[in-house]
This record gives sequence, structure tokens and C-alpha cells, in this order.
Amino acid sequence: MIKTLSITKTVHEWLFSVMPEGVATVVEWVIIAALYLAFFALAGLLLVWMERRIAAFFQLRLGPNRVGPSGLFQTIADALKLVTKELTGTDRADMFLYNLAPYFVIVAALVSLSVLPFSGSFQAFDINIGVFFIMAVSSIGVIGILLGGWASNNKYSLIGAMRSGLQTVSYELSVGLSILTMVLLAGSLQISEIVEAQRTGGWFILQGHIPAAIAFMIFMIAGTAETNRAPFDMVEAESELGAGFHTEYSGMKFAYFFLAEFINMFIISAVAVTIFFGAYLSPFGITESLPWLGVVWFMLKVLVIIFLMMWFRWTFPRLRVDQLLTLEWKYLLPLNLMNIVLMAVIIWLNWTI
Amino acid sequence: MVELDNLRRNDMSYFSDIYNGIKTLLTGMSVTGKYFIKARKEIITQQYPDNRDTLKMFDRFRGEVVMPHDENNEHRCTGCQKCEIACPNGSIEIIWDRGIDPDTGKKKKMIDKHIYHLSMCTMCGLCIEACPTDAIVWAQNFENSVYDRSQLTKVLNKPGSHVKAGVED
Repeated sequence: MIKTLSITKTVHEWLFSVMPEGVATVVEWVIIAALYLAFFALAGLLLVWMERRIAAFFQLRLGPNRVGPSGLFQTIADALKLVTKELTGTDRADMFLYNLAPYFVIVAALVSLSVLPFSGSFQAFDINIGVFFIMAVSSIGVIGILLGGWASNNKYSLIGAMRSGLQTVSYELSVGLSILTMVLLAGSLQISEIVEAQRTGGWFILQGHIPAAIAFMIFMIAGTAETNRAPFDMVEAESELGAGFHTEYSGMKFAYFFLAEFINMFIISAVAVTIFFGAYLSPFGITESLPWLGVVWFMLKVLVIIFLMMWFRWTFPRLRVDQLLTLEWKYLLPLNLMNIVLMAVIIWLNWTI
Repeated sequence: MVELDNLRRNDMSYFSDIYNGIKTLLTGMSVTGKYFIKARKEIITQQYPDNRDTLKMFDRFRGEVVMPHDENNEHRCTGCQKCEIACPNGSIEIIWDRGIDPDTGKKKKMIDKHIYHLSMCTMCGLCIEACPTDAIVWAQNFENSVYDRSQLTKVLNKPGSHVKAGVED
């Protein structure tokens, strides 16, 4: 069953009462699209600010602190600067693909946002294969990176893009298998059902104990690799490749890649929160009577996971290509397969908490 | 190397590798985590124009070369010109003369002007190392910009100053 557009019933009913059904549906689509676009921009800017601030604290610096309170508007100023920049390109670049590439990346990120359960009643697209949908759509982003690297007519961009391809192909497997481990526990791919299964039995990280903890660790490692963040940032390894696949991009097109990177981090964190930490559910049901607090809990948990990923970034050194592949194929994948069997046995014997 | 090591060890090395790997990763994260927690107190960034009144540079900071004078307007420069010879850029010029020492009545070399061209100085510190009497030292000020480059040519000894008694012995 697909419950499309279950966002805030009152707005929905009001719209349908004042205009004919077809028009109201279209208006609703537009409102939701605008909301998600606004969220995309604002969350991206906020995450960039957060990354810079947290990086600074890890290095005993201050970070941006001049524009607005605690430098909160610094990233808005940066975005304004990028909007006014000239859009440059290279000679003999494939201009069509070159211009198309950033849109692949942001559209993939935006579409994956739509299935995230921000709260019980705020989820744009509650499809019955939700988790699968996120995985399928978010891996479209790598096409954008490959196109950008290929069309730039720059060898560093191409090397960066190819590295991204090999990295995503490898680590997609681990992300998928670790999610599958948790889907075994939930018994459904639909996001809302996965969340509701955690309302009665406790968060999956507690319900599944040992295999869930292993799956969480694998998911975090593979998810960090998926988003091309340090320590897996060979795609844009500054010391080797300039800026990697977006070396030749400037202005707003560069900003699209940059924002999409942070939104992808948000999506990975949100998926982790959904399948391990009960999405919008409060810990031990302490605010069960106030369902509107769900969005606060969701954002809070996502920010904690994002902080964890930033902590990774400012702790671990970058991996070499062969180390990256060794980690995936020799360690994460066999462990993951063992973990799935362990989870299946635990569910079969009813050893879940 | 790693593969060879793995072959030599027993079969359990696969899992002990994972265990050691996770342990070292957590060690690293605890180190950076401690830094993050105490970051509020130990920020090393100097917010320069704001803390201009309280900012104190460290002892070894090389701002510009100065010649300290004591309260009797006496310095320690004997006019030996070792700093002038040591300077690779020729930023030090010493104008000297032979005068009569009032105490002993003998003729003696004494400086008229110790001229220091800050505009040519690379802050290498060779003059200060070369000085046998510690007459010139580093100052800690760094706001050296001026509107006219002639102001960068400085006379280090104050007018009317003379060498401190006993420095030459």
C-alpha cells in the first residue's frame, strides 16, 4: 500500500475543501516540492557551517564566527558569493554532459529525501519498498560524479570520478547487506512499518543487540564511503587530484556538488537513524503523548550521527585505493554475510530483546 | 608486507586484525574526542584586532631589531660592526668615529649612528647572533607598516646616548 502525501492532514483537507480535487493535488505537489527544496538548501548550508565549526573545534581553532551569531550566516554569505561567480568551463569539454552532471547529483539527493520519515505525519512518499528505493535512487548520484569527471576534459577529474565509481560499486554492497540485516528484523521494506516495529519492541539497535551493533558499525563505515567523505575521500583527495571530479566546476555548479555532498551525508545519517535508532520515536517513549516532537527527535538523532561522521573525518587518515578495496572485500563483506546469518538465527530462536 | 605477515601468523589473525583495527580506531577517536571536549577552553586562535590591547607575542618572536637603552641613556654597542658584516642584505649601516674617552683620555671607536633598514631586513637574526655584547635584540612588535618607506630606515641608538661603561672590557 502506498500512502502518498500523508503530510499534515489539516493542510491537505483544507486544500481539498477550497478547490477541485485535481487542482488541489497539483498545488499540494508544488507546496511539498518547495518545502523539500527549501529544506535541501537550508540543511545543506547549516551542515556546511556545522562541519566548519566542528572541524575548528577538533583542531582547537574557532572557525567561522564573524557573520551572524557564531558565524551562522557565513555559509549564506558564501552561497551568495558563489551565485555571483562566473561559470567557467574547459576547452573541448562535453558541455551538455558537463552542465547536466550537477543536476544528476542534486536530483538523486532530493529524491532520496522524499522517503525520509521526518515525523509520523511528515513523510512525502511512504512507498512499500522505501529502503530499497533510497538505495536505488541515492546510487544515481554517482552517475553525476562520473559524468562530471568525464565531461570536464581534465585527467584529475576523470581519475577522481573513476575512483568514485569503484568506491560506490564496492561499498553499495555493504550498505545494502547491513540494511538487509535490519530488514530481517523489521520484516518490511516500508519505512513507516520499520519505524512502527520499533515503537513496541524498542529501537532495533537494542532489539537486535550483537548483530545490530555489528550492522551499525558496517553501515557507518560503508555509508561514510558512499558519501565520499574522509577517510574515504579519494574522489577529491586534495593532495593528489586537486579537487577531484569537480576541479573544473565553478560558481553555482560547484555549489550544487558541494551541497549534494552534505545532503548525502544527511541522508545516510537519516537512514541510520531510521533503521537503527527508531527515527522519530523518543527514547523509551518518554514523549509518546506529544507526537509533534517527533521531528525534533529525528533531527537530534540525525545530528548526532552526522557529528559521528565528522568525528571520523577529523580523526582518520585517508585510505589508499588498495586498502579501501581490501577493507571492503576482505573484511566488511564476509563479516556482513556472517552477520546476516547470525541475525537470522537470532530471529529464528527468538533471542531478540 | 602485511600479506606476508598474515601468512606467517596463525588462522586467528583475521579476527585479531579486526579487533586490533577497531581498537586503534577507537583510540584515535578518543584522542580527537578529548580535544573536541576541551576545545572551548584551549582555543589557540588569536582574534587579532579585537585583542590588540592584551595580545602579547611570545619571547622568540622576531618583530624588528632594537637596541635597548637603560635609564641613563646608555646602550651596549661598542661599534665593532660585526652585525654590519653578518647581515646578508646590508640592512645595517654603522656610522662611527674616533672620539676621546672622557674617563681614560684615550682615543676610542664609538658609534655615531646605528642605522637599521627594516625594509631590507629578512628577520634572519644573524646580526643578533653575531653581536658580542648583546647590544641589539628582537622586539615583539609586529605592526611595522607605515605610509612612507623612509620611515622604515631607523636609527637604533637614541640621540645623545653613549656606550655603557665596562661593556668593552
